[in-house]
Amino acid sequence: MESVELYFHIPFCVRKCLYCDFLSFGDGRSRQDYVRALAQETEMHAEECRKMTVSSVFFGGGTPSLLEPRELEPVFAALRAGFRLAEDCEITVECNPGTVTGEKLDFYREMGVNRLSIGLQSGLDEELRRIGRIHSKEQFLETWEAAAAAGFTNCNLDIMSALPGQTAEDYRKTLELVGSLDPAPVHVSAYSLILEEGTPLYDLVQRGALTLPGEDADREMYEETGRFLGEMGLRRYEVSNYAVPGYECRHNLGYWTGVPYLGLGLGASSYFGGCRYRHTEDMAAYLADPAGTRLEEQILTKNERMSERMILGLRLTRGICAEDFAEEFGTGLREAYGETIARHEKEGLLITEKDENGRSFLRFTEKGMDLENYVLRDFV
Amino acid sequence: MDQSKIRNFCIVAHIDHGKSTLADRIIESTGLLTSREMQEQVLDNMDLERERGITIKAQAVRTIYKAKDGEEYVFNLIDTPGHVDFNYEVSRSLAACDGAILVVDAAQGIEAQTLANVYLALDHDLDVFPVINKIDLPSAEPQRVIDEIEDVIGIEAQDAPLISAKNGIGIDEVLEAIVHKIPAPKGDPNAPLKALIFDSLYDSYRGVIVFCRIMEGTVRRGTKIRMMATGAVEDVVEVGYFGPGQMIPCEELSAGMVGYITASIKNLGETAVGDTVTEEERPCAEALPGYKKVQSMVYCGMYPADGAKYPDLRDALEKLKLNDASLNYEPETSVALGFGFRCGFLGLLHLEIIQERLEREYNLDLVTTAPGVVYHVYCTNGESMSLTNPSNLPDPTMIDYMEEPIVNAEIMVTKDFVGSIMELCQERRGKYVSMEYIEAGRALLKYELPLNEIIYDFFDALKSRSRGYASFDYELKGYERSSLVKLDILINHEEVDALSFIVHADSAYERGRRMCERLKEEIPRHLFEIPIQAAVGGKIIARETVKAMRKDVLAKCYGGDITRKKKLLEKQKEGKKRMRQIGNVEIPQAAFMSVLKLDEDK
Repeated sequence: MESVELYFHIPFCVRKCLYCDFLSFGDGRSRQDYVRALAQETEMHAEECRKMTVSSVFFGGGTPSLLEPRELEPVFAALRAGFRLAEDCEITVECNPGTVTGEKLDFYREMGVNRLSIGLQSGLDEELRRIGRIHSKEQFLETWEAAAAAGFTNCNLDIMSALPGQTAEDYRKTLELVGSLDPAPVHVSAYSLILEEGTPLYDLVQRGALTLPGEDADREMYEETGRFLGEMGLRRYEVSNYAVPGYECRHNLGYWTGVPYLGLGLGASSYFGGCRYRHTEDMAAYLADPAGTRLEEQILTKNERMSERMILGLRLTRGICAEDFAEEFGTGLREAYGETIARHEKEGLLITEKDENGRSFLRFTEKGMDLENYVLRDFV
Repeated sequence: MDQSKIRNFCIVAHIDHGKSTLADRIIESTGLLTSREMQEQVLDNMDLERERGITIKAQAVRTIYKAKDGEEYVFNLIDTPGHVDFNYEVSRSLAACDGAILVVDAAQGIEAQTLANVYLALDHDLDVFPVINKIDLPSAEPQRVIDEIEDVIGIEAQDAPLISAKNGIGIDEVLEAIVHKIPAPKGDPNAPLKALIFDSLYDSYRGVIVFCRIMEGTVRRGTKIRMMATGAVEDVVEVGYFGPGQMIPCEELSAGMVGYITASIKNLGETAVGDTVTEEERPCAEALPGYKKVQSMVYCGMYPADGAKYPDLRDALEKLKLNDASLNYEPETSVALGFGFRCGFLGLLHLEIIQERLEREYNLDLVTTAPGVVYHVYCTNGESMSLTNPSNLPDPTMIDYMEEPIVNAEIMVTKDFVGSIMELCQERRGKYVSMEYIEAGRALLKYELPLNEIIYDFFDALKSRSRGYASFDYELKGYERSSLVKLDILINHEEVDALSFIVHADSAYERGRRMCERLKEEIPRHLFEIPIQAAVGGKIIARETVKAMRKDVLAKCYGGDITRKKKLLEKQKEGKKRMRQIGNVEIPQAAFMSVLKLDEDK
């Protein structure tokens, strides 16, 4: 039976962080109406997924942990009522320290949530303030302990490097905090800060009020990430993701390997029935018609699907399996991209290797991983 | 048409003294156009002019004025450009007129270009009468300006109309003055046809449209005409005059009138501006004097960003040349930029305007090389050459000596800024000639300046150092021997021909250093380190390094990011296509233009 992933977007935050360009609102005005619409939309999609198994569910944001149990309950109810969840279905909720309570955590357990993604970002209060986070290191530790106490064993931590004013030394402190946790995290997403146009942070940097680390410092920090987490037993499996083997995020792996997904909620994106589209970002329009019109709808051709598979699949450290690719598309990797692959292999950015079963994988070298756009643009 | 009821005139003024606004008011206050139809500035047809607020191309408009004597007069108002770069075009327009209105700003008084344009008008035997504009400004001093006009120019100004073109004050007085102070044209409508081409434009339906002033004789549909200089013979299809914003056909154009002729002329080369049109059957005895050929002062290379657009660039230049005889161009090739043209201009503003017109009106994406002047190169073997492209400079060992063009520059500036302007001139290798106080508080500085020192950013520097109070005019003095060298730029050890330029030996190091710094910012990081070097005669004088790229990665790529990521990659791919390949280095187009901005961040 075909798999599908579900993503629920919760566009509310206590307030917006300075670097954030996600769709979220700092106030909770339409929260009630929103979750009602979200539950309604969930019901509306049940029919088209009747013959599919839901392999993972992800509540992202925004700050999903901002919602009270009674607010989120109807969405879970619609989910349980309308969809067939796989037995080992991964259900993740994004949590931000400062918004999590024991009551909420118990509720998540009750609803079948088996994975949390917790936004630590930095282990230094000063850095947290500088990027506009609402929490402190202390609050994070409380959240971490409460999650463990509630029985969550599969937790991710989000951390960030290359923050304004950050030195390699500062960043090391965040890593050390991650290393000192008990229980130890089984998954870490470590992002090098992306300065997005239109965010307050972007303006502050443009004005010269804040300075970002240079490219060399950035890479130095990032190399330290791999070393440090490696010693903790977390293996890099994607550009920014590290996990104890077996704990890779199944939902995100789905994005990178072409599993269909439905995005529910304001501004959410979907890849369903060979078609990419997204929802409106206008709250009033969404509330009026939650299933809404599909925006930027794009039915992918075979070439586009192949190109996407390269762009997304190469983000994984294991790379792309040549045999799987040929079987899925009826065209070999080399047949489709031979010249491009050869050129970047020669530059030392791509490499082909066989695994223990004799299957051959095309993947980035470590250097190539840092320069992925330079390579990937040749696959579009 | 009764000749005594025709007035052919133009308006001359310094930039911003209100010439175009007065033209609008005159058109508004006379027949053929209601206020509602008026665009903001009727005479300025091109977008570019509207934006820059200056008039580039000569244009004409005909209106009807009912004077206080009860008679109706035909006004042909011929617009002229105000900037010094366009003296040539001013001359063309003036030759079609019998008189000129001189507009002077009541606060600023006479400026450098006021003088330049008035003298030009007097040279063409035009009757000039002054009007004082902007009298409603708090800083207006009309009487002082009137005295200044009489003292400096020596024309009667006591009864000059005091007006505000912007607010419509005193316009009636101007209209009456046009009737009484501008002479009616002369010329025999029955004599053999003699008409001066003062402008032309290309229309894809009608072919070349010739703008002319009829000096003698009459032309009508069917007349077989001959262009005296080019020898082309054509049958006239249509004649007419210029309504505001449109051309209005009429029966005939006779002596004294200004209008247009179409004759299905497809060959752009047949109609030279300044040529005389006559009848094939009954030619006039001799051609009108026409215009003196102008010399291009500034040269640069222009290349299509997309090499396949070369024929489009050629066609566009051909069309621009049609009504801008001062534009010169010839094909050239560059190792770095491919096929393009070496173009000659009257000055830097002229260059910029042509560049913008090519980009806007012809939708061309251009790469422009550093502007340069014409150098005289004398070789040891006795040969000599005029050098417009630095790449063609012979080996230094073959060169005996070189000469560069020097201009006589006149700068008018208020007393407070004399010091800083003199300093600027010294920095630009200027030779002090004289300084005189035209009146209390205002000085006229004369300097001899090398032309290659003023073609970059002299205007801007002048403005910023005088807080906008200085005005500047120059004319070619001649050539002088000078110590010049060719500065070459090497990227990843390869010389890039399109980046070479000629510079005075004393400034070579400074220029080379800044050039390397600038290029370092423009050239994206590659997988390998790229040295950027400046060299004179094979000797490296400056170096910068573009470090190897270490990061080009998107940290997050989840469900909602995928479409965005694809767009980003597509954009990068597009950008890569537009890069120029020098060896194994990709150089963005902007890098070639960065030399134009060398002084910006000084």
